[in-house]
Amino acid sequence: MADQPVARVNRGPSPKWSWRSQAFRGVVYQVLAVAVIGFALWYLAHNTVLNMKARGIQSGFEFLTQPAGFDIGESLIPYDALDPFWKAFLVGVLNTLRVAIVGIVAATILGTLLGVGRFSRNAILRGICYAYVEVFRNVPVLLQLLMWYLLFTDILPPISEPFTLGGLAYLSKGGFSFPVPVWQMGQKLALAGAVLGIVGAVIYRRWAMRDFEKTGRPHSLFWNPVKIIVGMAFVGWLAGGAPMEWSVPVPTQFATEGGASVTPEFLSVLLGLVLYTSAFIAEVVRAGIASVARGQNEAAASLGLAPGQTMRLVTLPQALRVIIPPITSQYLNLTKNSSLAVAIGFPDVVSIANTSLSQTGRAVECIAIIMLVYLTTSLSTAAFMNWYNRRSAIKER
Amino acid sequence: MAAVFQPIAPRPAPIRTTGFVAWVRRNLFGDWKSTVTTAIIALVAIVYLPRILDWAVFHAVFGANLAACNEARGTGACWGVISEKHRFIIFGRYPYDQQWRPELATALMMALLVASCMRRFWHWWLAPLWIVVMAVYFLLMRGGALGLSYVATDNWGGLPLTIMLATLGILFAFPIAIVVALGRRSNMPAIRSLCIVYVELIRGVPLISVLFMASFLFPLFVPVGMSPDVLLRVLIGITLFAAAYLAETIRGGLQAVPKGQIEAAATLGLSYWQTQRKIVLPQALAIVVPSIVNSFIGIFKDTSLVTIVSLYELTGAMSLALNSDADWRPFKIEAYLFITLIYFAFCFAMSRYSLWVEKQVSASKNR
Repeated sequence: MADQPVARVNRGPSPKWSWRSQAFRGVVYQVLAVAVIGFALWYLAHNTVLNMKARGIQSGFEFLTQPAGFDIGESLIPYDALDPFWKAFLVGVLNTLRVAIVGIVAATILGTLLGVGRFSRNAILRGICYAYVEVFRNVPVLLQLLMWYLLFTDILPPISEPFTLGGLAYLSKGGFSFPVPVWQMGQKLALAGAVLGIVGAVIYRRWAMRDFEKTGRPHSLFWNPVKIIVGMAFVGWLAGGAPMEWSVPVPTQFATEGGASVTPEFLSVLLGLVLYTSAFIAEVVRAGIASVARGQNEAAASLGLAPGQTMRLVTLPQALRVIIPPITSQYLNLTKNSSLAVAIGFPDVVSIANTSLSQTGRAVECIAIIMLVYLTTSLSTAAFMNWYNRRSAIKER
Repeated sequence: MAAVFQPIAPRPAPIRTTGFVAWVRRNLFGDWKSTVTTAIIALVAIVYLPRILDWAVFHAVFGANLAACNEARGTGACWGVISEKHRFIIFGRYPYDQQWRPELATALMMALLVASCMRRFWHWWLAPLWIVVMAVYFLLMRGGALGLSYVATDNWGGLPLTIMLATLGILFAFPIAIVVALGRRSNMPAIRSLCIVYVELIRGVPLISVLFMASFLFPLFVPVGMSPDVLLRVLIGITLFAAAYLAETIRGGLQAVPKGQIEAAATLGLSYWQTQRKIVLPQALAIVVPSIVNSFIGIFKDTSLVTIVSLYELTGAMSLALNSDADWRPFKIEAYLFITLIYFAFCFAMSRYSLWVEKQVSASKNR
């Protein structure tokens, strides 16, 4: 970050306020640059104010408290058309985050599988992974979203006669419905148990690491914590009376009732983003694994580690350091690309802002909100990943 | 007693390690996991490949025959929609009888673009040549002179618009990106912070918000009474967006130039700009050529977004062509596949080129 001066030549003592002093020239250049940028911004703002006056456009954020007056197709929180604009924007932000988080998890899993698949011993599998990556990353993501949406709205059967997966889940033009457990005391206690289990797992890992360094006895640092978390959740579930009730969707003529469901819009956005981003993640993972020196594998083999152990204990930890920075930017890309949902009518924050913009005419405010939401998400994700990256970076001297 | 020659039994021939059979044995049936994978993939292919082939080839309608297409619906593809609509999909709303103009203009621009990628054409006259070609390009596209009829920018569309937005976007972004990249490495705090804010601001927001800005806010930014052309506004938006990404790419190249080079230049008494122009930038840019090509691919794909602010480039022209015609609208998926193929052909070719350049660069490093 802190770059060294490019050509600092010691020319001997030079007069402070002279054009020959590098420091003085630097100050002049900076003042000039700030003045030019400042003037340009003032000029744009000035023109904007004049234009708004000439066209009778109102400005200000007070419209956020007025009723929005439009319905939103899907929402995580209760919302209706009489609610104020800020609540509509909140619904949009939540929808964006929902798509982004689910998308990031799914794209990471799929991308890692595809990236590791490039090293498979099976030539057909290698070829399929290669072809997948090349096809999906060389086609615009907007086009992919539009295509998925077309498939979901055109090709799928109507709501009255959906595809079914064993009578439990249904797929139709109305979306995808699947069974969910009914939320009762047992689930709440199970969740509490899982939270306790996570705390316990962290404590266990600390102890295990310390014990390993003291005695050299290895402990499982993955399966034991998983056992602790699952076990605690199970105990919580039992303590709540072990509820077994599931809400199963039932297709009717006009809608699929019961269970949980996601709309075709959500599905197409999710599928498009996941398939597109996983192609990039696969390349990142492949490059990361390829970056680990071959000698490391050979050394692991000569120590008698099995191929799976080599991958888990030697290759992946080293590859991870190469993988994390580019994968962070892929996560950010996925989040930013979720804004394309506006093209197919998924009510994300851009789409809500677009609707509000056309209803109120407050272009400056609506676009500022979009930018603020994405900037906050981008910068906080970047900050978190930088922190994680520092933690997993090689500690050198 | 003479020993009788007793040949020992012939040993079995060694397992062949070259040739087709050996390749198959090693790569498809290496161990039991590999064998199972091959079997599963083969099974899936046997079930689905015939269906796909049936739809795409055997039951497909290739002529622009609406009745036949409607009959084949659900069982076969209707590639006839492409022969019927390809002119509209590729050229958008550009007047039908004038479409030789975008064809010629785009061919000219692409020829120069390809030439600019070849080292033997890297001369000083490349820059003025670009200006001349751009002038000819806009004369051809816009008309209104030399007996060419006038075509408003609203009617430009299709593949020529996609190529133009991507090319001009990256071309205009390039000088901005160099200045910003240098500014971000400057030791003047005000200039450095301005450049950091610009880059992080643009990279933190999606392209669509920049395009919304171009479409809704830029008209407010200009003096009262002026209304800049929508194509120009979108082009400015794309340029500003591409410049931030390109600046980071170029900064990576600047960081890769060894510090000794700069110190050597200082010893020779070169000024800051002389150092950058003669020593640093030539080395830095040579390193990042593959990344620049990748940025170009990104912008090329991203131009599909301008359809959201109602400019009809390839994706938009396709939607327009099919949505405006109720007869052919059911066969949208075939049209989608057609433009997918166009995008793929362009992007794949460019990514191959980028890989090739990367090999060249690393070859020159590992002499």
